[in-house]
Amino acid sequence: MLKPKLIVDGKRLDGRAFDELRPIKIEADVLKRADGSCYIEMGKNKVLAAVYGPRELHPRHLQDPSKAIIRYRYNMAAFSVEERRRPGPDRRSIEISKVSKEVFEAVIMKELFPRSAIDIFVEVLQADAGSRAAGINAASVALIDAGIPVKGIVTSVAVAKVDGQLVLDPMKEEDYYGEADLPIAFLIRNGKIESITLLQMDGRMTKDEIKRVIELAKKGVMEIYRLQRDAIMRKFMVEEDEG
Amino acid sequence: MKAEDILSEIKKDYVLAKLKDGERIDGRKFDEFRKIEIHSGIIQKAEGSALVKLGNTQVVVGIKMQPGEPFPDTPDKGVIITNAELVPLASPTFEPGPPDEHSVELARVVDRGIRESEAIDLEKLCIEPGKKVWIIFIDIHAVDDDGNLMDASSIATISALLNTKVPASRFGLGEDFKLPIRDLPISVTSLIVGNKYLVDPSKDELSVGENTLTITTDKNDNIVAIQKSGGYMLSEELFYELLDVSARCARKIREDYLKIII
Repeated sequence: MLKPKLIVDGKRLDGRAFDELRPIKIEADVLKRADGSCYIEMGKNKVLAAVYGPRELHPRHLQDPSKAIIRYRYNMAAFSVEERRRPGPDRRSIEISKVSKEVFEAVIMKELFPRSAIDIFVEVLQADAGSRAAGINAASVALIDAGIPVKGIVTSVAVAKVDGQLVLDPMKEEDYYGEADLPIAFLIRNGKIESITLLQMDGRMTKDEIKRVIELAKKGVMEIYRLQRDAIMRKFMVEEDEG
Repeated sequence: MKAEDILSEIKKDYVLAKLKDGERIDGRKFDEFRKIEIHSGIIQKAEGSALVKLGNTQVVVGIKMQPGEPFPDTPDKGVIITNAELVPLASPTFEPGPPDEHSVELARVVDRGIRESEAIDLEKLCIEPGKKVWIIFIDIHAVDDDGNLMDASSIATISALLNTKVPASRFGLGEDFKLPIRDLPISVTSLIVGNKYLVDPSKDELSVGENTLTITTDKNDNIVAIQKSGGYMLSEELFYELLDVSARCARKIREDYLKIII
């Protein structure tokens, strides 16, 4: 298959600048039964996150007397991609679930809830590169919606190298044909980026390119962070008005 | 508390106390690997193989090959399939059953290093475009987990690939030939403790928490794979420092143990 030109006249296939995100929509508290929930669209990604807990953990031998156990399930719907995928976890989903769980293990104040479980479920309804980042962004809002104490907001984005150029928030074509992809998540506290909570990379980049990638990602996450915060504010403002 | 947990707590305190004095429990420098031994070609039934000892950690990797269908989007390239098994013989905490998240992660990170560095010249493994290509099965078999299975597996995998013969004659496809290898990706895993790092952590060192960062580099010091593993916060400064440390350690392993011109 011939690789299409991904950058034409200094613009990306969808007309974006190199440091421009796709359109983002975030809404908190979209599910009735869950303790906390969030719906996010990042470009063509459409992702739902739900949080249940803290709740009793069964079987009991899995309980930790010193803290809550965090569980994270990233799941793609069969219809979420071009060619139908077999339902259930594949190896990619298992890995994404693991590293995403670890993001929230570092961020949730789990010592406050010994012997319990906090379950985070992420359902990808439509995927178009960056679905793990969308899932983390939604999960972070859903956790706050559920009232679970966290150290801050987690915000995630990917940066790719395509046609030798570093681009923020790659879409499907850029991810597929690109030379490298680096998904990353940061903990943001009091409006400031504090540390890295997720970091993966595949492809080929020099050390200097990676440093530039991180700077580009930091710019991107600050924009997403503001939208996450707005979504949370909107939800709590409504509650205040109603009651 | 079980005896094992108490022991682990004691070890943890010891590791941390030593760390405060700027030392590691086994006297290694912070960027020093344990002793590496590579035994290549130990499995005659496999197309390629290697047993790697990294300190007391041992991993066997076997390579099997057979003709098969290419992926539709890469009709003229061979296929790599990587699998890892954490068999119960290797550790009291490993259980039989389908691969869990740890073995999936191990296999996928090793795979990424091989794939993204383009270590195998996959175009030379095309038999009939769109119809038949060579499938390379990389099977990672952990046999003794004394910490850092990741790097032991990475070294064992490239070592096994280096002695792999494509079994063409067995399938009536001409003469056997050496698997074309053109890079030597090496992963370097560090244990992160606060703002400190310990390269190639042993099992005892990992008792402080399995928070690691793996950085894989190719022979030109390019970064080809990164994996942060564990629920911890990583500072940007430490990450940048580890990019240098990892490239340096990988270069040393290549020079000391994989001195082959490619």
